Amino acid sequence: MTHETDPSPPDERRSFLTKAAAIIIGGFVGFVPFAAGLATFLDPVFRKSNASKALKIASLDSLPADGVPRQFPVVSDQTDAWNQNSNQPIGAVYLRRLPDSEMIEAFNAACPHAGCAVDFKPNAGEAGLFQCPCHKSDFKPDGARLDPETCPSPRDLDPLPVDAEKLKQGEVWIEFMNFQTGPERKPIT
Amino acid sequence: MNKLWEWLDDRTGYKHLVNEALYEHIPGGSRWRYVWGSTLVFAFVVQMITGTFLWMAYSANSKGAWESVYYIQYEMQGGWILRGLHHFMAQAMIVLLALHFLQVVIDGAYKAPREFNFWTGLILMKIVLGLSLTGYLLPWDQKGYWATKVATTLMGLVPVVGGDLQKVVVGGADYGHATLTRFFALHAGVLPGLLLVFLGIHMYFFRRAGIHAVGADKRTAAYFWPDQVLKDAVACLAVLAVVMLFVVKGFMFPPQEHVAGVPIEAHFGAELGAPADPANSYSAARPEWYFLFLFQFLKLPIFAGHNEIYGAIVIPGLVMGLLFLMPFIGRWKLGHGFNVALILALLLGAGSLTFMALREDWSDDGYKAAVADAHVQSLRAVQLAQQGIPDGGAISLMRNDPKTQGPILFTRHCGSCHAHQPVEGLLAADPLLAATKPPEQSSAPNLYKFGTTEWIAAFLDPHAQKLATATVDGEAEVAPINSLTFFGGTAHIEGEMASYVTDTIGDEAEWTPDQIEAVVMALANESGVESQEKLDADQVAAGRTLLQDDNRCAMCHKFHAENDAAYAPDLTGYASREWLIEFISNPAAEKFYGDNNDRMPSFYLDPHQPLANRIQKKELELIVDWLGGDWYEPEAIIESEKSLESVQVLPDE
Ligand code: FES
Repeated sequence: MTHETDPSPPDERRSFLTKAAAIIIGGFVGFVPFAAGLATFLDPVFRKSNASKALKIASLDSLPADGVPRQFPVVSDQTDAWNQNSNQPIGAVYLRRLPDSEMIEAFNAACPHAGCAVDFKPNAGEAGLFQCPCHKSDFKPDGARLDPETCPSPRDLDPLPVDAEKLKQGEVWIEFMNFQTGPERKPIT
Repeated sequence: MNKLWEWLDDRTGYKHLVNEALYEHIPGGSRWRYVWGSTLVFAFVVQMITGTFLWMAYSANSKGAWESVYYIQYEMQGGWILRGLHHFMAQAMIVLLALHFLQVVIDGAYKAPREFNFWTGLILMKIVLGLSLTGYLLPWDQKGYWATKVATTLMGLVPVVGGDLQKVVVGGADYGHATLTRFFALHAGVLPGLLLVFLGIHMYFFRRAGIHAVGADKRTAAYFWPDQVLKDAVACLAVLAVVMLFVVKGFMFPPQEHVAGVPIEAHFGAELGAPADPANSYSAARPEWYFLFLFQFLKLPIFAGHNEIYGAIVIPGLVMGLLFLMPFIGRWKLGHGFNVALILALLLGAGSLTFMALREDWSDDGYKAAVADAHVQSLRAVQLAQQGIPDGGAISLMRNDPKTQGPILFTRHCGSCHAHQPVEGLLAADPLLAATKPPEQSSAPNLYKFGTTEWIAAFLDPHAQKLATATVDGEAEVAPINSLTFFGGTAHIEGEMASYVTDTIGDEAEWTPDQIEAVVMALANESGVESQEKLDADQVAAGRTLLQDDNRCAMCHKFHAENDAAYAPDLTGYASREWLIEFISNPAAEKFYGDNNDRMPSFYLDPHQPLANRIQKKELELIVDWLGGDWYEPEAIIESEKSLESVQVLPDE
C-alpha cells in the first residue's frame, strides 16, 4: 500500500510557519488541561490554617504558681478540607505560672526542630527540662535551649501570646499558632 | 550546546526516536481525514493530566467522595474547570472513538495486514467504555450511584458466576467504601495502565503497517512532520474548544433564577448531583447518554423477564464477536460491503434507540419531575454543605434536613389521607413551602400552613362558599370546615366542632368578627409557626380569655388552665412542635381525640420499643419540623449580596 518514494523536501519558508504553528498550537492544547490542574493543585497555598486564633485554655486558679510547665490540649473548631467539626483537639501547649505571680508563660508543645511533641521532665536538669524525644533537644522551663551550641533545635521553644485582659479576669486565653521550622520564628497562617 | 545534544543522543539514541516519530512517511501527503487517531490520543492525554490532578484532591470512600468532589467543584480554585474538562473530554472521547472506528471500517483499514491493529483498537474501545463506566460512580452522587447500580446488577445475569462476579466488582454484597475504592483503583490505575499498554501496541502495529492511505497515488508523499502534525494540532484545538464550550456553558446561559446560598459554580463545568442515598431511590436514574441505547435495548418487550440475559449479555457479546471477525469477513468478495453495512446498521440502531429513549423520557412527566426534583436536591445539598459538612458526610446533612426529608416522609406516612398543598381561596401558595402529591381522595385535613393564622382562620370561617375542594359529593356551597380541606372527609364532619363553627361562630350575636380573629391569633401564637410580626399582643390576650371562657371554647377544650369538662383536643401549645409530635404519636390519647378519634393511627405509641412503632422518632420530628417550616434557609441578606456579586460576574441575559 505504501509508496516507497521519498517525499520531496518541503518549501523552507512555508514549512517554518507550519512548524511554528504546529508547535504553538500543540503546546497550547497541552497547556490548557495542565494549567487547570496546576491551579487546583496549588489551591492549598491560599488556605488558612486552623491555628492562629484566640482560645481559652484554662482558668488561672487551676494553675499552681510554682513555675512548673503543664501541658494542656488546645481544643477548637476544626476545618479539615470539606469537614467541619467543633471541639476538636488541634494541638497542645505548655502553660507555666511563675512563682508568686499572675504571670503566665505559654509555649507551643511542638519542638521547633521538626515538630515532635516535647515532654516536660520535672526531674531532669536543675529545675526540670523540656525534652524532645526525636532528636534530643533540651529546653529549660522558660523555653530557652539548654545548650544552643549543640541543640538540634535552631531556636528556643515557641512562646504564644497570652491575653493580659482575660488574665485579669482569671482566665488563660492564648493566641494559638504553629510555626515553620528554621532559625526564624514564622507562624504558619 | 550541540555537544550536549550529541552526548545525549549517543547515550539515548533520541534522535533516531524523534526521527522515527516525526519523519514517518505519509503516502499522498497530509490530510485532514487522518486526524482522528491523533485527537483520540490527545483526548486520552488530557484525561491523564486532568485525572492525575483530580486524583490529588479526591477521596474514595462513601463519606468523602461526594464531599471531596464538592470541595473540588466549589472550593478549590479552578476546580470546576478541571472537573469540567475531565467530564466532557470523556464524552468527547466516545464521540471521537466512534468517528475513528467508522472511518477505519469504511476505508477498509481493518484488512490485512492490519488485523492486529484493528483488534487492539477494539480492545482499546472496551477499555475506554470501562473507564466511563467506572468514572461515573466516583462522585458518589445520586445519578452515578443509581446508574452504576443498574449496570452492576445486570452483571448478575451472567450464568453460574453472575452473583459472585457482581460481588467481586462491587467489593461486597452492598455498595459502599469498598465499591468506591475498587472502582477508583480500576478507573485511575488498572484501566489507564491497560490502555497505555494497548495504545502502545496499537501504535506499534500502526507504524509497522504504515498509514492506510486513501487515494495516495494521485498526490505526492510527505512526512508526518510538520504538515500532518499541524493538522492534528488544529484538530486537537477544535476538540478542546468544543469541550471548553461545554465546560463554560454556564457563563453563556446563566441560570434563570438565583438560588440563595448556592455558589455560582453550581452552573459551571460538570454537574454534581445530590449525595448518593441508598434509602432514597432516584427515579431520574439514567446511564450516560452513550449507554442510553443499551438501556433502551433492554427495555424492548422481547427482553422482558427471563430473556433479559439475551439483551444484556448475549446479543452485545455476539455483536462484539462479529466486530472482532471483521478482518476475516472482509476477505470475501462481499465481505467489506457487509462490514460497512453492519457498522452503519449498528450505528443506525444505536442512534434510533437513543432517540427513542430520549423521546420517551421527554414525554414522560414523571421523569421530568424526577429530573427537576434531582436538580432541586443537588442545590439543596450544596446549600447545606456550605455550612460545613460533619464527619458523617453530606448525606447526614440531607437526612437530617426537614426540607429534603419532609415531603418524602409526609408522602410516605401521611400522604394517603392528608393533602399538603395550597387551596384556592383558602390557603395561598407560598414559594417556600413544597406541595406534595395530593392523595387520590383527601380524607383528612390539608396541612398546608398548619398552625398559621391563615390556616386557623380558614378552619374557623363559618361562611359557606364555593370551594375548589368542596365535598365528596361534588360541587356545593359549604363552610370550609365541612369541605375536604378540613373535616369534609372525616367523621368529624358530623361532630360538634363542625356544627359549632357553622351555627355558633356563624352567629354574629355570639361571636363578633373581632372575637374570631382574636381566637385565631391566640391559637397561632401557640404554634410558633406564625411569624411574630403578624400577631397583635392585645388580640392574643383577648383570644386567650375567649379560649378559656367556659361558655365558649372551654366548654370542650382545655387551654393552659385546668379544665375537667374538656374532652376535645387540648389546645395548649396547639400546632407547636411538641404538640404535634405528641398528637401524631397518639391522636387517640385522652388529651386529644380520645374515643372520638376518627381513623388516624397512632404513629409512635411506645418509646421503649422504637421498632414497634409505625415511624421512627427521627422521622416524626422531621415531618413535624417540615410542617412548621422549620429548616435551614440561607439568609435573605446573603442572597442579595450574592446576587450583586453574580451580576458583576455574569453578563446580562
Ligand atoms: S523534633 Fe525535636 S529535636 Fe528534632
